[in-house]
Amino acid sequence: MSRALFKQKIGKGITRPPGNSEIYGDVGFRFFSIACAWSIILLILFILWMIGKQAIPAMEKYGFGFLTGTTWDVNKQEFAVLPEIWGTLYSSILALIWGGILGVTIAIFLTQEFIHAKVASVFRLTVELLAAIPSVVYGLWGIYVLIPLLRPVAHWLHEHFGWFPFFETELGGPGMAPAALVLAVMILPTVAAISVDAFRQIPAKVKEATYGMGTTRAEAIFKVLLPTASSGLLAALVLGFGRALGETMALAMLIGNSNQISLSWFSPANTLASLMASSFPEAGGVEVQALMYAALVLLLITFLVNLGGLYIQQLTMRKFEGSK
Amino acid sequence: MITACSGGSSDGQSGTDSSAGNGENVQLNGSGASFPFPIYSKWFKDFSRKESGIRVDYQAKGSGAGIQDFVNGVVDFAASDAAMKEEEIAKVQKGVILLPMTAGEVVMAYNLEGVTELKLPRDVYPEIFLGKIDRWNDPKIAAANPGVELPDTKITVVTRSDSSGTSYVFTGHLSAVNADFKSAVGQAKAPNWPNSANFVKAPKNDGIAAQIKQTPGAIGYVEYGFAKLTGLPVAQLENKSGAFVSPGPEAGIAALASAKFPEGNLPGTEIPNLIVWVTDPEGANAYPIASFTWLLVYADQDDQKAAAMQKLVEYMLSDEAQDQADSLGYIPLPQNVRAKVREAAQHIQ
Repeated sequence: MSRALFKQKIGKGITRPPGNSEIYGDVGFRFFSIACAWSIILLILFILWMIGKQAIPAMEKYGFGFLTGTTWDVNKQEFAVLPEIWGTLYSSILALIWGGILGVTIAIFLTQEFIHAKVASVFRLTVELLAAIPSVVYGLWGIYVLIPLLRPVAHWLHEHFGWFPFFETELGGPGMAPAALVLAVMILPTVAAISVDAFRQIPAKVKEATYGMGTTRAEAIFKVLLPTASSGLLAALVLGFGRALGETMALAMLIGNSNQISLSWFSPANTLASLMASSFPEAGGVEVQALMYAALVLLLITFLVNLGGLYIQQLTMRKFEGSK
Repeated sequence: MITACSGGSSDGQSGTDSSAGNGENVQLNGSGASFPFPIYSKWFKDFSRKESGIRVDYQAKGSGAGIQDFVNGVVDFAASDAAMKEEEIAKVQKGVILLPMTAGEVVMAYNLEGVTELKLPRDVYPEIFLGKIDRWNDPKIAAANPGVELPDTKITVVTRSDSSGTSYVFTGHLSAVNADFKSAVGQAKAPNWPNSANFVKAPKNDGIAAQIKQTPGAIGYVEYGFAKLTGLPVAQLENKSGAFVSPGPEAGIAALASAKFPEGNLPGTEIPNLIVWVTDPEGANAYPIASFTWLLVYADQDDQKAAAMQKLVEYMLSDEAQDQADSLGYIPLPQNVRAKVREAAQHIQ
């Protein structure tokens, strides 16, 4: 039996050249992979072309003023989105700051032996479950739970620190703060999960060496582990930011949909995505073109944010990880 | 998109059906206003059950979207709270019949702890929605409500974030009552509300209702049915003859009674024009903000569908159907209006 097998192996040879089927299989798989990769690029170009085609009349009509004006009035057919651009960026940045700090802290907590590994995995699963909650549910949770909780705090802040631009107005109900807080919770799973991976990728030797030098845990985390994982953490933050920029339903329910530019956390605002969500169903004619233009603006913002994130990520990689 | 496909396929179906010569399985697809959706869906379900062989499907996409579908010919009928504009009517080659089917009131719901009765005079409520009166203890509100303890809080005004027939009716009334409102905001499905920190917007009727319920000091406008459903307190409004009236079926019927239908026909047709607005009704008992909502039907269509459509309209006008209006928060059509609608429905061919 074994002899037969041995013979067969000799006969065919362990180092035989690849058979025809294997060559065709490899070449086929190669083409298939390339086709898949290109189809994604083509798909994005196709989407851009479809949106762009419909946006062209509005682009010709409103031009650059679309980005600098502050009115969105269907009746007078005046369209401009500066308040929405402001609201999109402001709410996302606030969410990134709050959700980002929380997410990275959770990642440190879960990976640096603060708790038993089994308990940590339960925590991790819980945080990741947050990603499975539908946007509408977050919106409802914001209306029924978060806003009532936030109201007394906001009232107190406005009363005592009203001179500070962030607390300038009273919180009526929906507004920037509840929207950004809910956004922060929504980006938390993305930020935390990728940050955990970033910390896990740090070689055990680095940690051992750090402690071997006699550092305290805080020093190890802040001076060695955070810089080492920084490119991964940045990737987490960029992805979280991207998610915050495009979030629609929860924001349409919580931000107040008011065309205002204000630094105050408690005044209502609007975002590009929620403008589109609330206007599309009944839009017609010029309004659809203007909405397509707004969609292009949002795409461009997301694109620039990702490019910027990539650039910063490479800078930090070079600085801390000595990569090519 | 979905209606486009299903509308198309059902067209094909009924085509083969009629050539085969049997009168079974007619499908009517409609889309449009979300305001009458609760009562329409009930009517359509009851009707489909009674008339085996006719199926009615309706998608509440909003009045504007309904009119677009109707103009593009992808549905068999549509519904709109804002009727149709003349240029929209002109675009429909098959001809349009506009039939008032039911009516509703737009109410101002509010959230003030301990205040169960609130009277709002004619010179006050437009100013609230202009942002000129922005605190609850404003002397003008206090003067109309002696004995009511009004809190020293900011008024949060909740309006619609989406385009809506309800907004059209509501701003139509405010424009009729207040000249400043007319020039600053005007009547529109998506009005340009003042940009003030105390104005917030919420999607759909239920979004506004939820927002009011959760926000102390809020006021907003919703359909009467939604206020009734959610148990929100609603303000009494001062009408043209100076009386403060609560919304309800009697006050609604009194408002509709003052509607004067136009004499003529729809432009270029024999079909009576049933587009009428009661922007500021007369009568001591009339609630000031009421409006019909219309069913849009093609004048000229497939014979089988026309027959089904006529049966449907007949059912919607029947006592059985109209008597359900009250319990669902709508105003039943007065008998004289039903007679007019029946007459106009004869033109469905």
